[in-house]
Amino acid sequence: MILDGKCPSGPIEKTWDKHRFDLKLVNPANKRKYKVIMVGTGLAGGAAAASLGELGYNVEAFCYQDSPRRAHSIAAQGGINAAKAYPNDGDSIYRLFYDTIKGGDFRAREADVWRLAQVSNNIIDQCVAQGVPFARDYAGYLDNRSFGGAQVSRTFFARGQTGQQLLLGAYSALSRQIKAGSVKMYNRTEMLDLIVIDGVAKGITIRDMVTGEIRAHMGDAVCLATGGYVNVFYLSTNAMGCSVTANWKAHKKGAFFANPCYTQIHPTCIPQTGDHQSKLTLMSESLRNDGRCWVPKKKEDCGKHPNDVPEDDRDYYLERKYPSFGNLAPRDIASRAAKAQCDDGRGVGPGGRGVYLDFATAIKRVSEGTIKERYGNLFEMYEKITDENGYKRPMRMYPAPHYAMGGLWVDYNLMSNVPGLFVLGEANFSVHGANRLGASALMQGLADGYFVIPYTIGGYLAGIKPGDYSLDNPEVKKSIDEVHANIKKMFSLKGKKTVSEIYRALGKVMWENVGMARSAASLKTALAEIPKLRDEFWNNVNITGDGGEFNQQLENAGRVADFLEFAELLSKDALVREESCGGHFRVEHQMPDGEAKRNDADFCHVAAWEFKGVGKEPELHKEPLKFDNVHLAVRSYK
Amino acid sequence: MQILKSAVGRKVLMAITGQSMVLFAVVHMLGNSSIFVGPDGINAYAKHLHDLGALVWLFRAGLFALAAIHIFYAIQLTLENSAANPAGYAVKKQIKATFASSTMIWTGVVIMAFIVYHLLHFTARLTPGVVQGVDALGRFDVFTMVVSAFKNFGTSAIYVIAMAALFLHLSHGIQSFFQTMGWNTDKTQCTISAIGKAVAFILLAGYVVIPLSILASALIK
Amino acid sequence: MSDHNSNTMNLTLQVWRQKGPNAPGKLETYEAKHVSPDMSFLEMLDEVNETLIKKGVDPIAFDHDCREGICGMCSQVVNGVPHGGQDRTTVCQLHMRSFKDGDTIFIEPWRARAFPVIKDLAVDRSALDTIIQAGGYVSCHTGGVADGNAILIPKPEADYAMDAAECIGCGACVAGCPNGSAMLFTSAKVAQLAVLPQGKAEAATRVNAMTEALKECGFGNCTNHYECQASCPKGINVKFIAKLNREYLKAIAN
Repeated sequence: MILDGKCPSGPIEKTWDKHRFDLKLVNPANKRKYKVIMVGTGLAGGAAAASLGELGYNVEAFCYQDSPRRAHSIAAQGGINAAKAYPNDGDSIYRLFYDTIKGGDFRAREADVWRLAQVSNNIIDQCVAQGVPFARDYAGYLDNRSFGGAQVSRTFFARGQTGQQLLLGAYSALSRQIKAGSVKMYNRTEMLDLIVIDGVAKGITIRDMVTGEIRAHMGDAVCLATGGYVNVFYLSTNAMGCSVTANWKAHKKGAFFANPCYTQIHPTCIPQTGDHQSKLTLMSESLRNDGRCWVPKKKEDCGKHPNDVPEDDRDYYLERKYPSFGNLAPRDIASRAAKAQCDDGRGVGPGGRGVYLDFATAIKRVSEGTIKERYGNLFEMYEKITDENGYKRPMRMYPAPHYAMGGLWVDYNLMSNVPGLFVLGEANFSVHGANRLGASALMQGLADGYFVIPYTIGGYLAGIKPGDYSLDNPEVKKSIDEVHANIKKMFSLKGKKTVSEIYRALGKVMWENVGMARSAASLKTALAEIPKLRDEFWNNVNITGDGGEFNQQLENAGRVADFLEFAELLSKDALVREESCGGHFRVEHQMPDGEAKRNDADFCHVAAWEFKGVGKEPELHKEPLKFDNVHLAVRSYK
Repeated sequence: MQILKSAVGRKVLMAITGQSMVLFAVVHMLGNSSIFVGPDGINAYAKHLHDLGALVWLFRAGLFALAAIHIFYAIQLTLENSAANPAGYAVKKQIKATFASSTMIWTGVVIMAFIVYHLLHFTARLTPGVVQGVDALGRFDVFTMVVSAFKNFGTSAIYVIAMAALFLHLSHGIQSFFQTMGWNTDKTQCTISAIGKAVAFILLAGYVVIPLSILASALIK
Repeated sequence: MSDHNSNTMNLTLQVWRQKGPNAPGKLETYEAKHVSPDMSFLEMLDEVNETLIKKGVDPIAFDHDCREGICGMCSQVVNGVPHGGQDRTTVCQLHMRSFKDGDTIFIEPWRARAFPVIKDLAVDRSALDTIIQAGGYVSCHTGGVADGNAILIPKPEADYAMDAAECIGCGACVAGCPNGSAMLFTSAKVAQLAVLPQGKAEAATRVNAMTEALKECGFGNCTNHYECQASCPKGINVKFIAKLNREYLKAIAN
């Protein structure tokens, strides 16, 4: 099937305005008759729930954490982009649009990206109005910095905790609506199934994580804002509870999964220290503004104290390979370059999996005090974790899975192919193409939540009868029974392996074969190993306790079970996409100098997969991508 | 009144009443020190106060009201606070809280009991063995009453212990007043805390010097 | 790496175990063997849990999520101090190198009436949400707001607001407070919004509503021990409590 993203036509500058006008409206008096189910309350979900509640819709919101304030959006450090052009440095909506399309390696829809760039400015205004304490200069104006390979200063920030502050802004707006009664919030609940009635999404089945109760919640529309899936690699910068579960359950009920192979590996994370490692910690990319990446030129220097390696024996590989962008090269490029040095045997630290990020030059130039002012909290965090002082010796960094550009397929209205199912934020696939630029995730989450879904969901709801669902529908009972049966099965296994052991094994298979560099051979290995692990899980896992209580093992088991199915789809997508683009790098498809080689003739499309059964071949649907404004070109950062 | 129910409002009442009593304690201590001038000093001071007539009773009523409000809310808030933290930790370390801050209610009880005793002792003079008489000028002889009382070790000990309790109470209470009234900032906090402790110490010293010096017969040859 | 400590240690843990909110709880003793100094405290607990599961024992339940010290989900009192007492460090960022071989470590949940235990070390902190819902926001609408630079905010005020806004809502202030008070948490939000021009309009109603909610949720009152600041993994300063008090008095005066 050829998918249609339903993008508005005409000049790109007019698309969103025209579309907003064309969308049908719900009469204000009727809005409260419509119930919207919001799963996930991070930046996208929290902002959406608050905005929809304020519009007058009846919203029920769900999150697995003990409070919406804990969503992993909170961990974003660096900042949020907007095309305000306050510094007068040549920025514009068009430039943000252009940079995002190019940064995504020409694998995103133009209209979606344009809309994102257009509403980016409203986001900053909105957050300021909420009391988000963005950095200001001495005159009281909003401060900007250049971030993540952008050549203009368009990033707004709140110290090193921008994500936290934006999330708390959305959380405060959400709290206001909870108080007003327009949003009913359910904490510590996890969505375990999507209820589809006559082909339309009408509800979800959840597990109350405190009491273990399984029950259904019905509504006129279901929104998933459930984040990304890079915890499929086991070790990532995501929170421990981040999973593909909600998306995967929706996928199994018919929603197409788009571009699962587009995963972002962040170049600056603190390297792993041992097998006990449970997660990896990201250090803001802003460090690359002043830090210089290097590894020893000679293998025998790798074990030495870095300060003992003479200047001439250091290989500042990013500056060498990308003279114009240098240490600020985009994430995918910087990550692969780090891996290449380590594969060459010149990595440093435990297992030779690390590169140095050196601040000595910057400290000499602007003083240690200035560096402390800029990144003090990051240096502190680094020292807490590694027990090393980043001012005195170079930090060690290694890439780690960080963000999922892929996600459920959605059209321009953020609605999936299942009518009534909307997908927001990182959970959808839409705007980042094959690679996300720094400070763009926060922008997308809030754009979807504050400024897109409040319009587009109205267009859908205006066309349906409110309250057209019932808990008595047989599909509801079926869904609840299935969830119960699945949990019962997990407890019945009484095997020898813990959930973590199998999860770690999956992570290893994925990181080694489907990580930063993929080949047909490695992907085939993964595709052979994953079903074995899945079998092992369903035959030999051991979960103690029972389902009728607070049981973290059960929660984890459910998520791992879904990763064990999803991992196969991710690998499959990576195998089928015979090109390198953005975060997806196939070693067979590279330029002579090792750069990614796209294949626009065959792969300038969105790959959207339809579920056909566990272990069965999924069906591929394509949505062709057209570039009328930005011309397809080789992405060069040299 | 909302202030009488509020978590902050009641603290403000505690702070204002407490601080008013601190002011009284300062004046009282200064008045007491007239004993060092000799019988003429303190007896004249006492007569002067008593000559105020109805004002004395007005003042006493005011002080009583301050104490009553302070004690009432102290008990109410303490009960609420211990109810809010019912299950103790098996192991608990205090980092910033002090002995003084943790024992406010108990030092308060000691001070309250002392005030009752003190009123019975020197104001109502109902305790046994109080020496009552008039001096050469026909004034009530406060000097002799005090001196004879403090020559007794037990009596002096009661006063000294009570003043130690007052010191602890105020070493937390005075700086607490500034915090509760919202006049603290991170820059002033250390200074205010130090000043609070210094004032508490001056009060301690100013008060105990009388029984101690009498006991040591340093004052009276 | 030569300068990475490869000496492992053995520890004795005294962990609070409690089946549910109404079940009685008690401290249980567990051994943590071969603990690497590079492990985080929670990774050490993960390993202990793995051995418990293998023995068929219900693993220790504890809240955690981001494991990088920002989400505020982790909540353990370690050796009598919330988050273990390392300056500005959540328990997920506490590393085992701050312990010695042979140490006994006491691990207990946040204790306060307003935080009932759910299971073992996990407690219900929804009372903190209730406080925010009472008024911890600016009542602006989505869309239709002024340009971000329309109202200038002097840097010192923006910085002050940010200092307060760093609160991660973990509840360590309550756990550390001898009175089970959430005054530091409440004051951080009150102060952040009261200093910003956007929040000033509602400052009076906000401080009243939030302190009222604080009381209704069953938190104790502040008696200026400042144990909260000492327990706070983000070092939120008690000057914000003074600011709250000031805002309260202003609200009463008007």
